[in-house]
Amino acid sequence: MKAIDLSVNFAGVTLKNPVVTVSGTCGFGEEYAPFYKPSELGAIAVKGMTLAPRLGNPPPRIAETPAGILNSIGLQNPGVDAFVENELPRLKAEGACVIANISGSTIADYCKVAEILSETDVDFIEMNISCPNVKEGGVAFGTNAKTVNEITSEVKKHTNKPLIVKLSPNVTDITEMARAAEAGGANALSLINTLLGMRIDLKTRRPILHNNVGGLSGPAVFPVAVRMVWQVRNAVSLPLLGMGGIASAEDAIEMLIAGADAIGVGTAMFANPNLPMEIADGIAKYMEANSIEHVADISATVQPW
Amino acid sequence: MNYKDNGKVLQNRRIIDGAQLYDMLIECPEIAHNAEPGQIVHIACGEGTTLRRPISICETAGDCVRLCYEVRGKGTKWMAERREGDTVSLLGALGHGFTPRDGKVLLVGGGIGIYPLLSIGKTCQNAKALFGFRNVSLINSLELFENNGIETSVITDDGSSGRKGFVTELLRDELTAGGVSQVYVCGPKPMMAVVAKLCAGFGVDCQVSMEERMGCGVGACLACVCKTMFRDNEGAEGEKYKRVCVDGPVFDAKEIIWE
Repeated sequence: MKAIDLSVNFAGVTLKNPVVTVSGTCGFGEEYAPFYKPSELGAIAVKGMTLAPRLGNPPPRIAETPAGILNSIGLQNPGVDAFVENELPRLKAEGACVIANISGSTIADYCKVAEILSETDVDFIEMNISCPNVKEGGVAFGTNAKTVNEITSEVKKHTNKPLIVKLSPNVTDITEMARAAEAGGANALSLINTLLGMRIDLKTRRPILHNNVGGLSGPAVFPVAVRMVWQVRNAVSLPLLGMGGIASAEDAIEMLIAGADAIGVGTAMFANPNLPMEIADGIAKYMEANSIEHVADISATVQPW
Repeated sequence: MNYKDNGKVLQNRRIIDGAQLYDMLIECPEIAHNAEPGQIVHIACGEGTTLRRPISICETAGDCVRLCYEVRGKGTKWMAERREGDTVSLLGALGHGFTPRDGKVLLVGGGIGIYPLLSIGKTCQNAKALFGFRNVSLINSLELFENNGIETSVITDDGSSGRKGFVTELLRDELTAGGVSQVYVCGPKPMMAVVAKLCAGFGVDCQVSMEERMGCGVGACLACVCKTMFRDNEGAEGEKYKRVCVDGPVFDAKEIIWE
């Protein structure tokens, strides 16, 4: 058979493999350098950034749960200008494909950040309308179809970059939000962000997270993510970046079969920093064993009952 | 540099009967040879845990690291169940450790906070240890220090051994007597806050070892933060959350904003 081609075309951009490290889990790419280079990934989605620097939430910011974690970082970041000045040049010089993840308190904020990034050589803008950990903005934009449509179309007016809209699972019907983003002009969707959760310390009766509630990620959310990717695949024709609880090459392949065009790895990398490259290798082995030449030939091949 | 290493457990013994304290020796040459005093290792604790557990290195000896830890939950329980010859996955040595100083230095430890102070105590020429424990039954591991020529003074909350009171009282006496060039502290946060304040009052430098619930251990996820004071290029003061896993665990006490 012909050689295996791990590359995927995602919203017009070629990723060398379908493995993306997801926003908030891989900093600005430098932190995991002892284990893999950002340029070895399909793409790196960098820490979510806002117009002005953000302090983030008080600790504790993380709590372990059965098969997962809760986090409430609160979008701590140095601001978009610091990213453009201090982080992006290094990432691009290394040859990384960069997904710039953005957040804001108002639609105008999102537009301004998108405008600033449009003048740079980031490869994608990923619009986070699903952060459960900030008081204003964030998920508030992502849980109402009308607002999803409005913010997507407004941000599109301010950028020439491919726009990925990151969807929240904390909604009654995620396909409604997916359709609204598509109608608003999104070039791709990423899903799922974290599920809102809570843990309480029995002795103190205080929530473990200082923010009281936080976002659940890790293997616990994987089946929810697979289900939502499958539903959204059947609802829109946009490319999908599937994420949520992926912890092995098998999980990644399952997510592709469900309908994803590329997959995101996050929480499971904390325990195994080599995981992103192990997943890329595992997908290659699976393709070899099953005589599959292109990753796209795995995507959306689920055979529902 | 962060290494991921599979270490071999050479020993894992209960330290005292009255508490769930363990002393584990792990053979992991790359980490052991590169570790600095006060750094941590991040340990994968088997099935049922999503996160690694950060443990301060007590000391290094040849190809081994010594970890002294208390069983507090699922992860440390798993660690306590490891037997000689078992394999443990470690990331390390992580973070910014203690900086050695000349002259008389004090190691101020409370409870299990005494262990991370051993390496720096051994590194410094003239170290004295001031330790606080809840009661006499919990006093342990003094020989680790004394065998290295470090004099120890102990105080207990209930007076069941030595003086009755808190370790901060021993520190106040030492600082009053004078001649101290540096204080290293590790223990419960309220105790460290008092130590930091005392040192500031006497104009003595103090390095604190901070603890927070940790995620990645490499500085990427921003979970394990503590609030610090920082000055920007124009000299304006502001607050910033710094990462315990890479910016710490050891910080200059003057930097920390105690809450």
